[in-house]
Amino acid sequence: MARIIVVTSGKGGVGKTTTSAAIAMGLAKKGHKTAVIDFDVGLRNLDLIMGCERRVVYDFVNVINGEATLNQALIRDKNCNLLYILPASQTRDKDALSQEGVGKILEDLSKDFKYIVCDSPAGIEKGAHLAMYFADDAFVVTNPEVSSVRDSDRMLGILASKSRRAEQNQEPIREYLLLSRYSPDRVKLGEMLSVDDVQEILSLHLLGVIPESKSVLNASNSGTPVILDEKSDAGQAYSDIVARYLGEDKPHRFIDGKKGLFGKFFGSK
Amino acid sequence: MSPDSQKTPYNPPALEFKSSTFSVPVLVLSSNDLAIIEQQLQAKIRLAPEFFRNSPLVLDVQELNKKDLDIDIAELMEILRKPGLLPIGIRGGSLNQNKKALALQIPVYSINSGNTVAEAQKQKTITPPAPEPKTSTATTTLITHPIRSGQRLYASGDLVILAQVSAGAEILAEGNIHIYGTLRGRALAGVQGNTEARIFCSDLQAELISIAGNYKISEDLQAIARNKPVQMYLQDHTIIIKDI
Repeated sequence: MARIIVVTSGKGGVGKTTTSAAIAMGLAKKGHKTAVIDFDVGLRNLDLIMGCERRVVYDFVNVINGEATLNQALIRDKNCNLLYILPASQTRDKDALSQEGVGKILEDLSKDFKYIVCDSPAGIEKGAHLAMYFADDAFVVTNPEVSSVRDSDRMLGILASKSRRAEQNQEPIREYLLLSRYSPDRVKLGEMLSVDDVQEILSLHLLGVIPESKSVLNASNSGTPVILDEKSDAGQAYSDIVARYLGEDKPHRFIDGKKGLFGKFFGSK
Repeated sequence: MSPDSQKTPYNPPALEFKSSTFSVPVLVLSSNDLAIIEQQLQAKIRLAPEFFRNSPLVLDVQELNKKDLDIDIAELMEILRKPGLLPIGIRGGSLNQNKKALALQIPVYSINSGNTVAEAQKQKTITPPAPEPKTSTATTTLITHPIRSGQRLYASGDLVILAQVSAGAEILAEGNIHIYGTLRGRALAGVQGNTEARIFCSDLQAELISIAGNYKISEDLQAIARNKPVQMYLQDHTIIIKDI
């Protein structure tokens, strides 16, 4: 059985798709067969970040409607042959998704894959609901500012009450905090919430801090998940996150302004 | 229509159902001979006329029914009322007796034995005989996980939360509220009008607190020191916030 991970946040623009792409790639690079699904029907982006937009033939909605098989729609990643992408449909909207349809696809994928990463759309409506409904683990992506933290809190409430695990009274979804676009300098100036502030408000296990980094935008533009940019701080942060998720003990980095050797040479800003 | 469906919700309550225990004399009958009952009753009353004048009385016919002796409830009531007794209930009656009693506006009380209990409990009573006290019978609700933004929780008794209550969350209880974490959301205690209800929390950063409809909003709470346990209670319709 596969482990289903939802990458969610409530708020838009905090880095869900970047995180989904990086995490999925990281898991595949570690030798686990991984699928990443774009739930943002109508605003599809994951294929751009993964650099496979030119190879999309069939999509998620086609599979739900029985117009294509799962194998026809899954796109094998060009960098890692253990990673597959199921793109969203750009011409449809979220109503094209159904709980039964999504459940069936996840069940089919579970037979063959070790991890399934669900890239949730922003908001708390149908798309986001279906993305998290079947999840085993939730990566809650939060920016260090109040509105993002508030929305994440709301999403945590939904994870705890509206998911399949909640409805069937199973062990609850494991929730992890990913603090993205973090800038220690701005925290010091009091312009940004600190890791401690966010953790106090959300009381959630911190899986990692991803520093604000121009390497993220570069990676998006070039269509390679930022985790493959091993020299970048954001890439290293995601590598740490994947390692920690898989049970490795890695100390937290990028929380205070002190730059490591890599930081000195390739530092963000 | 049951009296329940007619209650007017909200607005300052003009009435309130409470439960009290009274000590009421019970007349246990072991004979169904009305003439003998009347005679013996008068003899008893003559001993202490003041005590029995206008005294409420509950009629116990359990013994009679055990012996399969029927009695005319209507006539019996006449006999009881003649010397000034005020029958306010019957217990241990048969289905038929209970019906007759209700027709005379005499409430039916259940007892813990006898096969008539089930029927008696199903009967609709005209005057509510000691309704289940809401606050004391309702159990305490224990929550161990955080209450997140957008979540709403209602407890019919006391509410104990061992985690935080996030901003944008709302917790309501008919009794007291205890929060062993930070309160950032809204907490409403005594929502059915219990002015004795209190709110306790280990760190007060609430958006709103309310006890029995009296409330304070976040702006009113700014002067309160954070990071220390406080309790809130009602005094002269004002919420008092005190350190514990």
